[in-house]
Amino acid sequence: MADAHEQARWREDFPVRWDEDHYMTRRELAKFLTLGSGLLASVSVLIAAIGLTRAAPSAPVRTIANVDDVPAGGSLLFRYPTDEDPCILVRDGAGRFDAFSQVCTHLSCAVVHRPEQQALACPCHNGSFSAADGRPLAGPPTRRLPRIVIEQQGTKLVARGIEV
Amino acid sequence: MSELAFFIDYSRCIGCQACVQACEECDTHRGRSLIHLETIERRDSVQTAPQVCMHCVDPICARVCPADAIKQTAEGVVQSSLKPRCIGCSNCVLACPFGVPKYFGEVDQMMKCDMCYDRTSTGRRPMCATVCPSQALAFTTIEEIMRTRQGQAVNEWQFGEERVRTKVYVLVPTAVDRVHVDIIPLSSLRKTPLADPYDVAELLSQ
Repeated sequence: MADAHEQARWREDFPVRWDEDHYMTRRELAKFLTLGSGLLASVSVLIAAIGLTRAAPSAPVRTIANVDDVPAGGSLLFRYPTDEDPCILVRDGAGRFDAFSQVCTHLSCAVVHRPEQQALACPCHNGSFSAADGRPLAGPPTRRLPRIVIEQQGTKLVARGIEV
Repeated sequence: MSELAFFIDYSRCIGCQACVQACEECDTHRGRSLIHLETIERRDSVQTAPQVCMHCVDPICARVCPADAIKQTAEGVVQSSLKPRCIGCSNCVLACPFGVPKYFGEVDQMMKCDMCYDRTSTGRRPMCATVCPSQALAFTTIEEIMRTRQGQAVNEWQFGEERVRTKVYVLVPTAVDRVHVDIIPLSSLRKTPLADPYDVAELLSQ
């Protein structure tokens, strides 16, 4: 093979050796960009389509208590949506009902109702959540307690779903 | 032990066409046979000769390519033309002293023997050498060839005044150190020099 010094100058741009060839044609670049963009777009559409078609499984409807079971400022434990998921129903001084998962979002201890502080407190690490909306107020937890959607039907309280 | 190399022993070829069939099976050019099986003086002889790419150390096919489409790997294997670049001009087909490159009109691309690069780059034998029953095509070490064959393996060719060195070896009698290929000197055909060297009509009339 001719020595590199003997080669014509233009040969440096168009070498015979594969490992010295770094030239990419405009067509190759355009093809790469087109196919790459197309792939990204189609994958995005696919993910969106999967998200739309696979709707969240409908939560069961379950009667959890009678309105008279919980006095104002009191609370009641129940299980929802399955018997493995402990929840807590609280009634504030104004008579309004709220329900939350009883599992602390820190390390999964069970929270207890503290009516005097209007809080749901976790005894394990002194975590505290608002009894009105489940937001973390103090301690290690950073995420709010999942809210159980409840509905009053006559004298019955019915759980209809979970808002994480 | 030296590295594996490709050896052609023309005298062993029995013309069975196994290499032609096996070449079609190669994954780098599936369905297209790129090997040439030449018949030598067919009227008087049954001699045949396989012709794979000799993989010139300085590949003239790549040198003449106006589209920069033919590349030589670090191992010295000269590849088929790159599909995005090949313009199907057939310069390489005309330039190759061994007549190896093939132009395929349906894909408008030149393809040639690439010594089954997918196989040989991982230490396996090329398809043709795998199936050759007489091992006229052999992919082995030079020591093994010297031990089992007569003559010697050379990889130098002389075409007129052009000397070509190849990656592929051919087996020749011991006295031969270089394969001389006679070419017809165009100048000897002319009785008198042309007045106009670009006058094709006059050139053909002589």
